[in-house]
Amino acid sequence: MGGSHLALVHGLNVAQQIAFFALAGAMVLSALRMVTTKNLVHAALYLTVVLAGAAGLYILLAAEFIAVTQVLVYIGAIVVLMLFGLFLTRAPLGTGQDLDNNQRWLAAIIALFLFGVLGVTLQKGFKGTHVNAIPITDGGSNTAAIGVSIFHDFVVPFEVASILLLAALVGAVVIARRD
Amino acid sequence: MLLNEYLLLAAFLFCTGVYGALARKNSVLVLMSIELILNAVNINLIAFGAFNHTVAGQVFALFVIAVAAAEVGVGLAIVLLIYRNRHSIDLDKVDVMKG
Repeated sequence: MGGSHLALVHGLNVAQQIAFFALAGAMVLSALRMVTTKNLVHAALYLTVVLAGAAGLYILLAAEFIAVTQVLVYIGAIVVLMLFGLFLTRAPLGTGQDLDNNQRWLAAIIALFLFGVLGVTLQKGFKGTHVNAIPITDGGSNTAAIGVSIFHDFVVPFEVASILLLAALVGAVVIARRD
Repeated sequence: MLLNEYLLLAAFLFCTGVYGALARKNSVLVLMSIELILNAVNINLIAFGAFNHTVAGQVFALFVIAVAAAEVGVGLAIVLLIYRNRHSIDLDKVDVMKG
């Protein structure tokens, strides 16, 4: 009984690792292509791949409500909004034009330096730390736990977020209005 | 699973977003890179939430998603206004306030 349980946990871990590295590989490649591609629409589509991979990672971490929200808000709304922004500003579609400014190498050095610092710090701080993705439930589902937490512990930030969304809505209308 | 796998992936996405925000000329591409940065933060929040076995990380990720949506709405409105006034969203050409 104990041995088979251990084997089950081990098999689950291996499956999680395989899923993680498949998602992570796709996300890394797409992110690199997104910031280097010469085609604007391709950049938006690579961003979609990265966001979908992040939704997969949330499911691996047993946060399925956030994964669904990610698909709805990021892929459903934000990427479409980006594409509309590209089309409304008559962006030069098609490959071949230069989309980078002349500080590309400086930016690459800064990004590499930042990644080096972050990587060394994370390796020093969390080397060998395990995370086990058990659903966080108080008898109900993960979504119910999030709802209870929002309306108990995070009521004020929730209300502030609603005010922020209202202000952003009105602000976007006022800024983009043609008068 | 190792916590560091998630954190290093998020750090990589963050740095890629920083590179994109610094090196791109088109302002919509810069907004996309900022989305990449916010998304890396979300991965960190959820990984630490699972690590601490609390739901607070997921709640914070929800707030970040809401703020990102608001940011893209206002940001694209500003980009459209710049395009209407200057007929280009090339960030190198938006230098009216340069001394």
